[in-house]
Amino acid sequence: MNTSVSNSPALRKTRSFGAGEVLLVISIAILVIVVVVPVALIFFNAMWVPGKGFNITDIVDVLSEPETYEALTNSIIIACGTTTMSTIVGTFFAWLVTRTDIPYKSFMKMLFLVPFMLPSFIGALAWKMLLNERIGYINNWLRSLYDVIGIADGPVFNIYSFHGIMMVETMYLFPFVFIQVSGALERMDPTLEESARISGASLFTITRKITIPLVLPSILSGALLIMLYSMAHFGTVAVLGVQVGIINIPYLIYQHIHQSAGSFAAIRTGTVLAAVLVVTAAIIMWTQNKILSRGRYQIIGGKSFRPVEVKLRGLRIPLFVFSIAYIGFTIALPTITIFLVGGLKTYGLPLVLENMTWDNYHRALFVNPQTQRAIWNSVSLGLSAAVITMFAGVIISYVIVKMKVRGKGILEFLGMLPFSVPGSVIALGVILAWGGGHTIPFTGIQINLYNTVWIILVAYIARYMALSLRANSAALEQVHDSLIEAARACGAGMAQSLRDVVLPLVRPGMIAAFFLIFLPALRELTVSVMLYGTNTRTIGVEIYVLNEDGATVESAALAGIALLIIISGQVIIERLTGVRAK
Amino acid sequence: MSYIQLNGITRRFGNVTAVDNLTLHIEKGECFSMLGPSGCGKTTTLRMVAGFEDIDEGEIRVGDRLLSSHKENFYLPPEKRDFGMVFQAFAVWPHMSVFENIAFPLRLRNLSADEIRSRTTEALRNTNLLDDADISPMDLSGGGKQRVALARALALNPDVMLLDEPLSSLDPHLREEMRFEIKDLQRKFGFSILYVTHDQSEAMALSDRIMVMRAGHVEQIDTPLNIYRKPASKFVFSFIGLSNFLKVVKSGDAVKPTGSDDAVNLPAPADVFGQSSAAVLASRPSEIDFGDDGHVRGLVKRRTYLGEIVDYAIVVGDQEVRVQKTARSPGPGPGETCGLKFLYPHWYPE
Amino acid sequence: MATITLKDIRKSYGSHTVLDGLSLTINHGECFTLLGPSGCGKTVLLRLIAGFETPDAGTIAIGDQVVTDSTTGTDLPPNDRGLGVVFQDYAVWPHMTVFDNIAYPLKLAKVPPKELKERVMEAVNQVNLTDLEQRLPSQLSGGQQQRVALARALVARPPLMLLDEPLNNLDANLREEMRFEIKELQKRLDITILYVTHDQEIGLAISDRLAIMDHHGNIRQIGTPQDIFETPADDFIFRFMGVSNFLRVSYKDNLIRVGEQNADIGIPPPSPGEWMLGCRPSEIDLAKEGPGIGGIVKRASFLGATMDYLVEVDGVPLRVIQDTHQAFDGGKLLQENQPCRIAFHAVHWFKPGADSPASNGETTP
Repeated sequence: MNTSVSNSPALRKTRSFGAGEVLLVISIAILVIVVVVPVALIFFNAMWVPGKGFNITDIVDVLSEPETYEALTNSIIIACGTTTMSTIVGTFFAWLVTRTDIPYKSFMKMLFLVPFMLPSFIGALAWKMLLNERIGYINNWLRSLYDVIGIADGPVFNIYSFHGIMMVETMYLFPFVFIQVSGALERMDPTLEESARISGASLFTITRKITIPLVLPSILSGALLIMLYSMAHFGTVAVLGVQVGIINIPYLIYQHIHQSAGSFAAIRTGTVLAAVLVVTAAIIMWTQNKILSRGRYQIIGGKSFRPVEVKLRGLRIPLFVFSIAYIGFTIALPTITIFLVGGLKTYGLPLVLENMTWDNYHRALFVNPQTQRAIWNSVSLGLSAAVITMFAGVIISYVIVKMKVRGKGILEFLGMLPFSVPGSVIALGVILAWGGGHTIPFTGIQINLYNTVWIILVAYIARYMALSLRANSAALEQVHDSLIEAARACGAGMAQSLRDVVLPLVRPGMIAAFFLIFLPALRELTVSVMLYGTNTRTIGVEIYVLNEDGATVESAALAGIALLIIISGQVIIERLTGVRAK
Repeated sequence: MSYIQLNGITRRFGNVTAVDNLTLHIEKGECFSMLGPSGCGKTTTLRMVAGFEDIDEGEIRVGDRLLSSHKENFYLPPEKRDFGMVFQAFAVWPHMSVFENIAFPLRLRNLSADEIRSRTTEALRNTNLLDDADISPMDLSGGGKQRVALARALALNPDVMLLDEPLSSLDPHLREEMRFEIKDLQRKFGFSILYVTHDQSEAMALSDRIMVMRAGHVEQIDTPLNIYRKPASKFVFSFIGLSNFLKVVKSGDAVKPTGSDDAVNLPAPADVFGQSSAAVLASRPSEIDFGDDGHVRGLVKRRTYLGEIVDYAIVVGDQEVRVQKTARSPGPGPGETCGLKFLYPHWYPE
Repeated sequence: MATITLKDIRKSYGSHTVLDGLSLTINHGECFTLLGPSGCGKTVLLRLIAGFETPDAGTIAIGDQVVTDSTTGTDLPPNDRGLGVVFQDYAVWPHMTVFDNIAYPLKLAKVPPKELKERVMEAVNQVNLTDLEQRLPSQLSGGQQQRVALARALVARPPLMLLDEPLNNLDANLREEMRFEIKELQKRLDITILYVTHDQEIGLAISDRLAIMDHHGNIRQIGTPQDIFETPADDFIFRFMGVSNFLRVSYKDNLIRVGEQNADIGIPPPSPGEWMLGCRPSEIDLAKEGPGIGGIVKRASFLGATMDYLVEVDGVPLRVIQDTHQAFDGGKLLQENQPCRIAFHAVHWFKPGADSPASNGETTP
């Protein structure tokens, strides 16, 4: 009886095509254009051979090439090694700053987040300078040390190796685990540990039997993020691996794109590789969701007392010094090296004052049109991508979080996509979609953005959509429905209540999203390196290309400038908004 | 000699003295409650006994064991004190089954597998959890979780049980039920209880003695009945149930409510007035009768029907007195004047 | 005039029917409470009247204006219904000062600045927030935030206010104070209030009339607080309105029997047969000996102002509350496991079995 009433035509009239549906359609359209079409085209091209139709044998062919097989194994080895090391380092430091009486905790916590804002491929450049087997500064210093104490041929470290790559990635990626685990440890109800203590457990037993198992979901979710990142990461391997024949999937895709010079046939191999990456990423994401949904323990709550603190006693100062030294060695040392090498007259000269000059910096900023253009490209691309993605993110998040419209399920699914598509895949997909290879159905129009700055912009938007969605949905979830309903009851229409209540309240989320996108975009490499043309190099690409061309000091000078922009940007944000980039 | 002894203990947090020179002696098998508003030092006291807080002065002993002593710079860590403790937020471990939660303290003591099983089963039986042994505690209701926490505390058969607002996270009817379960377990095993709560009826129902605390100091230590019938201070009176405080001023021989010309028709003890000529006449809304022979007169400002009781707001002078009578007994209507007779008046200095 | 008329309202979410043909009239100038357990549909009903939800069928009229009519497709949006709403979680806008929060409805109504300021200040004073108007909500306590919400709902002088459990998040003292304030405002401003709550004490204290709803979205009884409490229509309402005891008795040949014993109850059931006796803990008079029914004290606990007993009669546990002073001074104190007699000040008679129709609910001699 009831159903017959609710299906009456009169009722359907009240649910007309309103503002909600318009926003839903816009949101779906944005996601389809920037993410769905590129990814779909990758799968389509991987499987569709012109003239032959759908064809799996080509995929098998590509996959069975030794080159592909090796790249895939390398990717997996590097991702696993990096993940393991980062997880250990991140968990240890998280425990140190939340569960021990180590001094200057809040300062230390900030310190461990610093690696996050620095690009790892610049780090790789620096480590190349420090630990190149023959001419690295540290290795040179080691050799002179061996000479003094009389050891012939003492061991030196060669950064051009699996170990080197994993070490450098670990230095820059461990904060993923650090943030997750220290957050979980801070929010954890201290009585969970206290009740173990009163049961007779020592601090060591509590850590082993209670604390670690309870934060295990956070550890794993951080670890999987690192794995996802490392699998799809271009820079470090390109700088440190290629010379000695270690290449990974993203580098292979890069090679195919650039060998093809825009030609379509060669790109096909790339699509198969990209498809492999997407599938791997999907598996990782799926595992992560599985773990998170099963292991989401209610460990938050209760009266807040100071948690059980391990008294480090004799180890307190040594561990503090160790932490500072770790940051000094892994972050400060390479950063300083970049600045110093950027000031050298010629690469290879000893780092002494008479070899120094401002010339490289001066040229990069005021003389060389190539580097000037790169800086301009990165800044304008970063700004545009950040603004566009920020607004698109608000609209999509609003529909997902706040609106009750039919068909929202599709959007929720599409909204998940940007999180799981690696950057190198996006780049390739964007080429397929906008590189002039396809005509838009029913229109006959062919859009060719290849070699223009627009194709990079589209790729940036796709790449950073996930960040924007996350920041904006978090902000919107704080805006309780009743705040909007209260405005409606006061006499405000839908649009008016959006303007007066919703927008002011999500503004902090939008600002956060803006900076979360703008700063990383400034130093972006993985996507830009696949898409650049002669006039559309970004800072990251320019640094990379200069380095590849052997112009090491010029490359270091530009990297130094990039670091300065990023660091000052970060400082300005923290001053202005108190929003900490995550 | 008392079983649990706190001798002159003090705890400071920065400039705040959370507990100030507290001396407390509790007998074996006694249920002792610490009652007071939040921040009064009751939880800090409990945590000092448990060993989670250091003490800045004094010493704590249980039986012939010294637990904490400032003078001797001695501090037995919580894991060596062998107490049972239950926390407000349950604190059951979500990654272990109910059985494993309860077996945890036993496993730490290297008991044989058989003994662990039998003692855990016994604790499960005592808390009616036998059927839930193998499920995750997260699948239990709030009451179930708190039973797991109780069973875990019981497993070691401790002499002293520390309970930190164990019922505050439960809904009211469950709270009542658990109250009796705790009491029954105490009868059965004879442990001493140190109970922290801000709920006066909980403290009244459970305790042999109650300590009312305020800002780190003891206001009164007494039996529940005496706390209710002979509150030592205005603060204790106000903390136990609804209360009226009618401010009165002494002028000549007469004692008048402020803003009123009519004298209070009750003898006031001379010493409550002290230096100032003001005092407080304390009464409970349910302990006032209407009648022409009342001690003060007032005007009915509001009469609210609440089902079993009717609530009156009576204006006396420039103050308001609440009166609550059962719906059966007749009372004046709004706007009428009436006499108020204080059945159990208490006087306190201003 | 703000009479609310609801006719044949139906509302379901998926296969779950919340309201199934509900009709109700709320008169102008009364404080009307929808009282029921959580999930009974009372909040849905309020949201339908406010326009936040649309009924599957039925009509809603506020005064002379039909705001929702499923047959014509009329569905006035909430902003055009001219009512004030106060939510359980206050819903004050955190980015606006107290003044701006309260001024918002007037700004939307394009009230000139001078009048706006006057009216906002008037509302601020009405809810005792004087001097706090430049604060942000985060600088206010829960009670003060709820007053801001109240002032915001009042400032546009709507003839109808909808209050959805507005006092739930406040502590007991504040809740009591606020319920008097709401009641006073309602009388002073002569507005209609629809109040939704699951707390029977607030319902009794604040209402001119109440409707009691059950889990199926049906209204069980409508009446004044005294009607509802003293002559409950059925045992569901009796149970819902407070702590309740039930005892099965049989009534035959002018004899009331409880189990094996003859019971001296004073107020006999309206007719011979099987009956459920319902009574409140405070309506029982407990004594060591005397008339009534024999029982045994199972539990006695001192709660301060009262002694709380659990007495077993014929295997059935009954809760009894006794005044502390009477217990200790009047020699009525009973110990656990002591036999006792219970007599009744008042009883309510219900037909046995769930959801039985009401019968006599009479008070004592």
